[in-house]
Amino acid sequence: MSDHEYTPSSKFGKWFNDRLPLLTLANHLTDYPTPKNLNYWWTFGGILTFCLITQIVTGLVLAMHYIAHADMAFSSVEHIMRDVNYGWLLRYVHANGASMFFLAVYIHIFRSLFYGSYKSPREIIWILGIIIYLLMMAAAFMGYVLPWGQMSFWGATVITNLFSAIPLVGESITTWLWGGYSVDNPTLTRFFTLHYLIPFLILGLVVLHIWALHVPGNNNPVGIDIKKPSKDTVPFHPYIVIKDAFALLMFCIVFALFVFYQPNILGHADNYIEADPLVTPAHIVPEWYLLPFYAILRSVPDKLMGVVAMLSAILILAALPWLDTSKVRSAVFRPLFRQFYWILVADVLILGYVGAMPAEGLYLLIARVATAYYFAHFLIILPVLGWKEKTTPLPLSITEPVLGGSPNLAAARSDEKIEKTIK
Amino acid sequence: MSKLKNILFVLIFSIIVLNSSNSAEKSPPFLETKWTFKGLFGKFDRASLQRGYQVYTEVCASCHSMKYLTYRNLAEKGGPEFSEAEAKAIAASFEVTDGPDSTGEMFVRPAKLSDKFVMPYANEQEAKAANGGAYPPDMSVLVKARKGGADYIYSLLLGYSEPPEGVELDDGVYYNKYMYGNKIKMPAPLSDDLIEYTDGTKATAEQMSKDVTNFLMWSAEPHLEQRHKTGFRVIAYLIILTILVYFTMKKIWSRVEPKV
Repeated sequence: MSDHEYTPSSKFGKWFNDRLPLLTLANHLTDYPTPKNLNYWWTFGGILTFCLITQIVTGLVLAMHYIAHADMAFSSVEHIMRDVNYGWLLRYVHANGASMFFLAVYIHIFRSLFYGSYKSPREIIWILGIIIYLLMMAAAFMGYVLPWGQMSFWGATVITNLFSAIPLVGESITTWLWGGYSVDNPTLTRFFTLHYLIPFLILGLVVLHIWALHVPGNNNPVGIDIKKPSKDTVPFHPYIVIKDAFALLMFCIVFALFVFYQPNILGHADNYIEADPLVTPAHIVPEWYLLPFYAILRSVPDKLMGVVAMLSAILILAALPWLDTSKVRSAVFRPLFRQFYWILVADVLILGYVGAMPAEGLYLLIARVATAYYFAHFLIILPVLGWKEKTTPLPLSITEPVLGGSPNLAAARSDEKIEKTIK
Repeated sequence: MSKLKNILFVLIFSIIVLNSSNSAEKSPPFLETKWTFKGLFGKFDRASLQRGYQVYTEVCASCHSMKYLTYRNLAEKGGPEFSEAEAKAIAASFEVTDGPDSTGEMFVRPAKLSDKFVMPYANEQEAKAANGGAYPPDMSVLVKARKGGADYIYSLLLGYSEPPEGVELDDGVYYNKYMYGNKIKMPAPLSDDLIEYTDGTKATAEQMSKDVTNFLMWSAEPHLEQRHKTGFRVIAYLIILTILVYFTMKKIWSRVEPKV
């Protein structure tokens, strides 16, 4: 890396830094050379860190008032909403915070897909990210169970029942997960424990994710390797810090609109009915951020294969650095890939939509086609595209794009436009 | 190409957004009425909340519990805001079982501000037995537990009619066009002049439906007024800060040589 040797100016600072180089770390984080052409899609890393901290802090306080017991969970949530000082605020921030977290992570993932940030030498960052995403889904699912409403209970029943699809040991595993013969108090208490644990696992992985990022440095909209530090880079502080802060504030405004004016719109009304094992809701649907995977699960007629398909849909992402055979990172210089990219985005949105609909008739057909396309994108289109696609010429550096009327500059311009607004 | 793509996206997105609010089951559009609690500065209509409590306690409370509410809530800010004396008098009109006392006996005493709303039935089984097998749901968070919220509850209360031809109803089942499946075990609860409002307002079915729905909205979201007030301040603060940070950012980035 390009870090110059750092020596603290004060005597105590030097003494301390020789024993624990925290000041060197702080200096590295401040000076960290960052490509200067990063657009706003790159601000979501910082936003996600903010989301994680928000969830941990609000969750910590909520846990002081919440009671993880099947008979008391629902009323303890009502206690928080009514009698705990600002309990309503804490709970609405935490519940909507989960949705905001996923909104940000989806933007972060799709940014990575567009600009090829998962490609060499950033495969480990990408895989760490996928593990974080998986843990996020686990944490969110278990968190949704805690209020012990109807959707909590029946969502937990549907999802834990998936494990029974495993041949031979499936039933035993499900019983073991439940801590009994159905979703009940033992299930709730263990979900609460795990829901408390997972965010800290995520926090540790986020540190690794950022560490791994700081080895090769950021990718950038042009997707070429750049010399660091050079005239293509700016120090992280103050340039990126202030830009991240601006984007974060915009994000917080949207967040606040949900929390204060539509706190329940992303949830399901049935979850304000206390869990009743004898009454099944008309439609059991997961939270919006899990819908695409729910659609994939239901589009396969066989239970076991459905579970396999759903898991593969996530795990296939981990293999992406090797499935995408193109040497060019950024979609800006890949005209064909760019079109397939947008089709994939539409495909995932369609999957999310049919995931919320009953699995029958036309919806089921659409879900099946969309599921097939999802896998085809990664297993067929991407590998073939790498061989066949004629990419447009890459610039030599960020400051010197290719001269001479290359058509793809038009596409690159959308990034430039954002750049210009900053200046 | 990119224009086409954008159009495609807006289309897909709007279809998703529009459709997600539609359930698979089609029900007629809700009756329209003006709610004072909606909007950026939405507040409850105090008099309506007080009347709503009267409707609840004189009509609904014979079957429906509100187990998360406490009598002190009736005097709290942002609610019906009865005076403390009024709330105490309301509480004292109910009896609760307390104890055990020093001799080990349970005893009955008038309710206090700190007591939860007294429930009409001892348990769910008794409630079912008394209501032809249907459990009258607890109404504390009912507005949030139904799709459509206040509009749904208001429409349901006024949605009773004779069943259309060809619809057979069992004994003790009523037709309501807003109910899921159109069949409901609760008979039409409100009719004109069923109660006499203490403030002299004419007790039409519409008036009572509106008042009691207001009351139920408050009971589901007792901190709604504070939420709106805080929300406005938070967002105003964020917008001002965002603008300041934006200009700071422009200033800082102006040091970087402009791009080609």
